[in-house]
Amino acid sequence: MILDGKAPTGPIEQSWDKHRFDMKLVNPSNKRKYKILVVGTGLAGASAAASLGELGYNVEAFCYQDSPRRAHSIAAQGGINAAKNYPNDGDSIYRLFYDTIKGGDFRSREADVWRLSQVSNNIIDQCVAQGVPFARDYAGYLDTRSFGGAQVSRTFYARGQTGQQLLLGAYSAISRQIKMGSVKLFPRTEMLDLVVVDGEAKGITVRDLITGEIRVHTGDAVVLASGGYMNVFYLSTNAMGCSVTAIWEAHKKGAFFANPCFTQIHPTCIPQAGDYQSKLTLMSESLRNDGRIWVPKKKEDCTKPANQIAEEDRDYYLERKYPSFGNLAPRDISSRAAKEQCDEGRGVGPGGRGVYLDFRDSIKRFGENVIRERYGNLFEMYERITDENGYQVPMRIYPAPHYAMGGLWVDYNLMSNLPGLFVLGEANFSVHGANRLGASALMQGLADGYFVIPYTIANYLVQTKPGKVKADHAECRKSIDEVKGTMKKLLSIQGNRTPFEFIRELGLLMWNNCGMARSKESLTEAIAKIPAIREEFWKNVKVSGTGAEFNQQLENAGRTADFIEFAELICRDALHRDESCGGHFRVEHQYADGEAKRNDADYAYAAGWEFKGVGKEPELHKEPLKFENIHLAVRSYK
Amino acid sequence: MSAHTSDDKTMSVKLIVWRQKGPNEPGRFETHLAKGITGHHSFLEMLDVVNEDLIKQGKDPIAFDHDCREGICGTCSTVVNGVPHGGQERTTLCQLHMRKFKDGDAIYLEPWRARAFPIIRDLVVDRGALDTLIQAAGYVSCHTGGVPDANAIPISKPDSDYAMDAAECIGCGACVAACPNGAAMLFAGAKVAQFAALPQGQVEAPERVAAMINAMKECGFGNCTNHYECQAACPKGIDVKFIARLNREFHKALFKAKAGAFIPLVEGE
Amino acid sequence: MRLLSDSIGRKAVVAVTGLFMVLFVVVHLLGNSTIFAGPDGINAYAEKLHGLGPFVWAFRAFMGVMLCLHVIFAILLTLENRAANPEKYAVKKMLKTTFAGETMIWTGLLLLAFIVYHLLQFTVRVTPDIVLGNDAKNRVDVFTMVFTSFRITPIVLVYVAAMITLFLHLSHGIQSIFQTIGLNNDKTMPQFGALGKVLSALFLVGYSAIPVLILAGILAK
Repeated sequence: MILDGKAPTGPIEQSWDKHRFDMKLVNPSNKRKYKILVVGTGLAGASAAASLGELGYNVEAFCYQDSPRRAHSIAAQGGINAAKNYPNDGDSIYRLFYDTIKGGDFRSREADVWRLSQVSNNIIDQCVAQGVPFARDYAGYLDTRSFGGAQVSRTFYARGQTGQQLLLGAYSAISRQIKMGSVKLFPRTEMLDLVVVDGEAKGITVRDLITGEIRVHTGDAVVLASGGYMNVFYLSTNAMGCSVTAIWEAHKKGAFFANPCFTQIHPTCIPQAGDYQSKLTLMSESLRNDGRIWVPKKKEDCTKPANQIAEEDRDYYLERKYPSFGNLAPRDISSRAAKEQCDEGRGVGPGGRGVYLDFRDSIKRFGENVIRERYGNLFEMYERITDENGYQVPMRIYPAPHYAMGGLWVDYNLMSNLPGLFVLGEANFSVHGANRLGASALMQGLADGYFVIPYTIANYLVQTKPGKVKADHAECRKSIDEVKGTMKKLLSIQGNRTPFEFIRELGLLMWNNCGMARSKESLTEAIAKIPAIREEFWKNVKVSGTGAEFNQQLENAGRTADFIEFAELICRDALHRDESCGGHFRVEHQYADGEAKRNDADYAYAAGWEFKGVGKEPELHKEPLKFENIHLAVRSYK
Repeated sequence: MSAHTSDDKTMSVKLIVWRQKGPNEPGRFETHLAKGITGHHSFLEMLDVVNEDLIKQGKDPIAFDHDCREGICGTCSTVVNGVPHGGQERTTLCQLHMRKFKDGDAIYLEPWRARAFPIIRDLVVDRGALDTLIQAAGYVSCHTGGVPDANAIPISKPDSDYAMDAAECIGCGACVAACPNGAAMLFAGAKVAQFAALPQGQVEAPERVAAMINAMKECGFGNCTNHYECQAACPKGIDVKFIARLNREFHKALFKAKAGAFIPLVEGE
Repeated sequence: MRLLSDSIGRKAVVAVTGLFMVLFVVVHLLGNSTIFAGPDGINAYAEKLHGLGPFVWAFRAFMGVMLCLHVIFAILLTLENRAANPEKYAVKKMLKTTFAGETMIWTGLLLLAFIVYHLLQFTVRVTPDIVLGNDAKNRVDVFTMVFTSFRITPIVLVYVAAMITLFLHLSHGIQSIFQTIGLNNDKTMPQFGALGKVLSALFLVGYSAIPVLILAGILAK
């Protein structure tokens, strides 16, 4: 099947405005008759629920956390892009559009990216009005900084906690609607299944994480804003509870999963210290502005104290390989380079999984105080975790799985191929292509929630009769039975291995075979090994306690089971995409300098996968990507 | 080169953990040994080790709240040896590392304790009351869209920085847990102060402070007696000057709300 | 907005009534210091004070109201606070609060008892140690009355203990007033803190000096 993204035609500059006019509206007095279920309360989910509630729809919002304020959007540090052009440095909606398409290595839909760039400005206005304390200059106007290699200064920020402040803004908006009664909140509630009736999404089955109750919520539309799936690598910068479960269950009910192999690895994370480790912590990329990255030239130096390694025995490999960009080489390139050094046995720290990020020369040049002023909080964070003083010994860094560009396939209206199922934020695939630019994730989440879904959902709702499906519908009962069956099975196996052990095993396999560098061999191997892990899991997992209580092990087990199934899909997608682009690097396809070699003739499409059963090969549907405004070109950072 | 060599030594610590099956069940302390712990283990990773062990023995693992494990989501919530988050300055429990403990240490683990935070299980409590406070008035009542350009209203840098200092709160509830009175004044104060410092928030300032104070009472939080334990326990170092600001805003509202009219002294505005 | 039923309103009542009592304690100390000038000092001061007639009674009534409000609301708040924190930690380490801060309700109640005793003794003058008489200029001989009582060791001990209690109460209380009425910010916070410590120490030394010096025989007739 050829997938139709339903992108508007005509001049791109007018595409969104024209589309907004073309879409149908729901009569204000009818809005309250429609119930919308929103899963996830991060930037995308909370902003969507708040905006839809404000319009008068009857909204129910669900999150697995104890409060909407804890969604992992909160951890974003750097900032949020917008084409305001406040610094008068030549920015425009068109330039943000261009940068995002190019940064995504030409694997995103033009019209979606244009819309994102256009509404980016409204987001900043909205957040300021909510009382988000963005950084300001002494005249009282908003400050911006440059980010992620952009040539303009378009990133708005709130100290190192931009994600937190934006999320608290969206949280305040949803809280206001909760008070007014238009949004009903269900915290500590996890979506475990999608209810599809006559091909349309009409409800979700959830588990109350406190009581263990399994129940169905029906609605006229379902909005998934459940975030990304990077915990499939086990160690990632995601929160412990981040999972693929909501979108995976939707996928199993018929929603296409697009480009799952487009995953982003962030280069400046604190390395893993041991096998017990539960997550990786990211440090702002800005550290690379003043730090020099190196490894010892000789393997035998790797265990020596860094300060005892002579200058001539140090290999500043990024400066050597990319003389013009040096330590500021793009995320994917510097991540891969670090991995190469470590694979060659020249990595440092525990397990040889780390490279040095050295501030010695900058401290010599500017003095420790200047460095402290610029990065003091990061040095503190580093010391808290590693107990090492980054001013005295070089920091150690290593790349870590960070962000999922892939997700459920959606059309221009953010609706999946299942009518009534909308997908927002990191959970969908639409705008970042094969690689996301820094400070664009926050932008997308809020754009989708505040300024896209409130319009596009109406166009669907107006064609459907409200309250079509009730909780006693056969599909609802079937879904409940299925979920209960899964829970029962998980609890009854009583094997010898904990869910943690399985996700660790899976994560390691995924990281080694489907991580920063992938090959036909590594992917084929992974695809062969994953079913064995799955079978072992369903034979030998041990979950304590019962289903009718607060049971964190049961939650973990369910999420792990979904990750194991999903892992196979990533690998299949990565194997099928026989090119390198953005975050997807196939070692077979690279230029002599290690840059990704794209194959536009064969792969300029979004790959939407249709579920055909556990362990069965999924079916591929393609959405051809047309580039009418920006010409396909080699992404060069020389 | 670094301390990570000395941290590699393993140690054992004795955990004395509060176990409670549900909100209305009786609770008790249980002792568990955490073995094979290194200085690199974060506190929560140490608990992971203990739990893996408990599961394998067929016992109930210790329930504890956690999520981002990088000190920003505010989910982790355990009182360690009598101090919320364990007592390392400006550090959440997930960022506290075992190198701060010695081999053989006995460590007490208790849930946040306050009337407003009922226990769900073991170390997990229900902090929904903090959401209720925000729902009462912790927002600017602006609509999606229909707002002026972001640069239309300049805000002085000191005001903006002050608002940001207050806005750094992660809503973990350590302030309530540390307060001898189970009060949420630091939490509420930070929110009220953030908005009071910004022109966008000033419009609704009197209503906000009234609603917040009312909600605190309804949720069962106590009153402030100026011990400042909240600030000392706060992993973000939120300053008690924001409680003073809350008080000031209350007094301002008291006079402003009914300017020229009778100032009601008791119930019913 | 409700002054007497809202948490912060009630606290403000305790703070403001406390502030008036602190001011009274200042004035009272200045008045008492006239004893260092001998019988002529304090007896003249007492006579002048009593000569004010209705003003004295108005003032007494005002201070009585302040005291009652202070005590009632402090007790109410304390009861609410106990209710808000019913389950105690098995291990609790206080990081910042002081002994004075933690014992406010107890030092407060002790002071209330002391005030009752002090009024019965030197104002109503019904305790057994009281020696009443007039001085050479036919004024009430306050000096002799005070002097006689403070030659009795247990009474002096009670007074010194009460002043230590007052010190504790005010070393937390004074800075607390400014926090509660909302005057604290980055700059003023340490200043008000210092003011509280200096004033309460001054009260301790100033008030205790009288009974101690009399008992020690340094302040003599």
